[in-house]
Amino acid sequence: MNSHGKKKRIGVFVCHCGVNIAAMVDVKRVAEEMGAYPGVAFSTDYIYMCSDPGQQVILDKVIEEKLDAVIVACCSPTLHEITFQNAAKLAGLSPFQVEIANIREQVSWVHTDREEATLKAIRIVRSLVEKIRYNKNLEPIEVDVTRRAMVIGAGISGIQAALDIADQGYEVLLVEKEASIGGHMIQLSETFPTLDCSQCIMTPKMVEVSRHPNIKLMTYHEVESISGFVGNFTVRIKKKPRYVDEVACTMCGDCEVVCPEIVPDDFNLGLSYRKAIYLPFPQAIPGTYTLDIDSCLGLWPIRCSACKDACEVNAIDFDQKEEIIEEKVGAITVCTGYDLYSMKSLGEFGGEKYEDVVDGLEFERILSASGPTGGEVRRPSDGKVPKSIVFIQCCGSRDPENHKSYCSRICCMYTAKHAMLYKHHVPDGQATVFYIDVRTGGKRFEEFYQRTVEEGNVLYLRGKVSKVYQEGDKIIVHGSDTLTGRKVEMEADMVVLAMAMEKKEGTEELLRKLNISADTDGWLAEAHPKLKPVESINVGFYLAGCANGPKDIPDAVAQASAAAAKVGTLFAQEKLQHDPAIVPVNEELCSGCEICVNVCPYDARELDSEKGIVIVNEVLCEGCGACAAACPSGAAQKRNQTDNQIFSMLSAILKK
Amino acid sequence: MRIKLKFEENEKKFIDRVNELSGENVYSCYQCGNCSSGCPFVFEMDILPNQIIRLVQMGREEELIGSKALFLCASCFTCQSRCPKGINIANVAEAVRHLIEPKGKDYFGPQEIPAELADELPQQALVAVYRKFSK
Repeated sequence: MNSHGKKKRIGVFVCHCGVNIAAMVDVKRVAEEMGAYPGVAFSTDYIYMCSDPGQQVILDKVIEEKLDAVIVACCSPTLHEITFQNAAKLAGLSPFQVEIANIREQVSWVHTDREEATLKAIRIVRSLVEKIRYNKNLEPIEVDVTRRAMVIGAGISGIQAALDIADQGYEVLLVEKEASIGGHMIQLSETFPTLDCSQCIMTPKMVEVSRHPNIKLMTYHEVESISGFVGNFTVRIKKKPRYVDEVACTMCGDCEVVCPEIVPDDFNLGLSYRKAIYLPFPQAIPGTYTLDIDSCLGLWPIRCSACKDACEVNAIDFDQKEEIIEEKVGAITVCTGYDLYSMKSLGEFGGEKYEDVVDGLEFERILSASGPTGGEVRRPSDGKVPKSIVFIQCCGSRDPENHKSYCSRICCMYTAKHAMLYKHHVPDGQATVFYIDVRTGGKRFEEFYQRTVEEGNVLYLRGKVSKVYQEGDKIIVHGSDTLTGRKVEMEADMVVLAMAMEKKEGTEELLRKLNISADTDGWLAEAHPKLKPVESINVGFYLAGCANGPKDIPDAVAQASAAAAKVGTLFAQEKLQHDPAIVPVNEELCSGCEICVNVCPYDARELDSEKGIVIVNEVLCEGCGACAAACPSGAAQKRNQTDNQIFSMLSAILKK
Repeated sequence: MRIKLKFEENEKKFIDRVNELSGENVYSCYQCGNCSSGCPFVFEMDILPNQIIRLVQMGREEELIGSKALFLCASCFTCQSRCPKGINIANVAEAVRHLIEPKGKDYFGPQEIPAELADELPQQALVAVYRKFSK
């Protein structure tokens, strides 16, 4: 029925999609048969409905034929539903009076018998005629938006995203669980392909973050939980006690001198030592010491209070407690980064067994001017300058049988960089690389790699390494060179493993807290691999950097800026519009059994204990229909997809 | 075949000497194989032209000494006209031949010339061939 109580005049428009549909479906026959179907006032076919003239056909016919509803038989609604809704809107129809019959992905592309495919297409279009008879015009649900963003993780991606959002004039909470911002990038020595010193190019950004009036920096904080929905999130953030007053600390270092507890320095990946009270690195932001409570003798002044006693400005406070801070934000950008796959997983390469077998990140520290060896290449076991280093690529990457199926993308380039920097430090040293392919798909990457080979005389051997073991003070490497068809054995002073990148530890927990999804490898999933690369499937969440998959610095920065732009797009809207096709509760039928409350994946439904029925948060409801399927009394009916509509569609499909 | 790569002085010297004599940098070669796919004599060769370069990169002088391929190279320059890295491969082959000749065997001598041709071949060319292909 239309708004005047008359029977709806329905128009059917069948698209050929060139030959995509027309080759397997007799589109003319579909249009003809549908023209004779009850309720259909007009039916036609056209080669490309989505083209400008195609849309004009819809617009013209709606007016000429006084149509009340339109069905377009074409590709998936994810592609052109909005196109046709807009065309119908121009002709004065509500977008809720437009339905898409998918006869491409669900018919022509998946069938091989033209006759059967045509019949199936007719049945699908028929079913939508039955549905659209009962479609009601709905008004979008409007919601306010909190123009304030949270960025989780303050590596290069998080820093870039925070700066870009802040520069658009919005307030940003930048949450980092470590004591300083900087992430993995600040640990790197020099960066490919231009060999800028990582600290030199990153610290200006770090300082900018700390000084930016729109950025609230929350280091040593962790996200506890998130509730709410796009534009209106409430986050609970745990502030971990640093036991040092950030503002009062002058970084004089007196506390560090007197601290009796020595532990491996995690910034240097255990290649050197630090005290229990420490500054992660000289340019740390915020510039304050942090007391690592897990290494400290304990917060009992009777046992040890050396640091407290030494601090002249009384910055050390043993009474600091964990706090939970609640904040409101409208958008959340997740930049939680990556971990390197553990060398333990590849026992045959001797990582974590032999001191002189190190992973890529450890070698970065060894090369770094601020690293454990003060910028000289020295091997961990005895501090000797290695005269021969073997680099092994694809350690765990591209090994679907035993490890990771994906390519970690950065290892080819950083191995070339390692070999080049090693030759800069030790010109008479021999660098040998075992590889299975060299992938240098970035701007000026291939040129960098070739420069490494030609100027550094680095020998690239094409083959995997089978085993690595120690003999005396040498490391023996067994590999192969498939280009000459030879098994190769060689002695080295040091071995560097280009370990695969993997999802950050604790990703599962974060996913649960954020209620967002990941792919099969644990990387946070983007909404569309090509067209929505920085948005999560869950609205209001954006992704940047390696949390979403392995990537190099240029890509991470670009993605962070893109995510920030998306946040800006969200904040630029006066009100957020929420799809009104939700599942309300029929108060007369609801018995308050709460079955729907338990099946709802969005926490949109709760029991109103006074009324004894379930109420729905219209903004949280995504209209998935889980409740409608579960409701035993029929009180939960999805708008424009009621039980009545579904049964009518089924009969139309099953009818001969 | 199993080999040990040691990168000792004599191996490094061999690589440096090839580079010096040929005026090329053998490390420039990324083993695409274009030289081998175009070489008109490859059907008779025991190792491919790209493998000659590869063995130089690896400092495998002793393997090159035993190889027939180097002495089948006619210096026709097909390889280097096609090399995407601009390596003059024939120069490299010539340099390697020069270095290994004194250690190798005679690839071509008077006994190889059929009697019926002996009188007709230009003696100057034969001397040049003996010099190139004999120790």
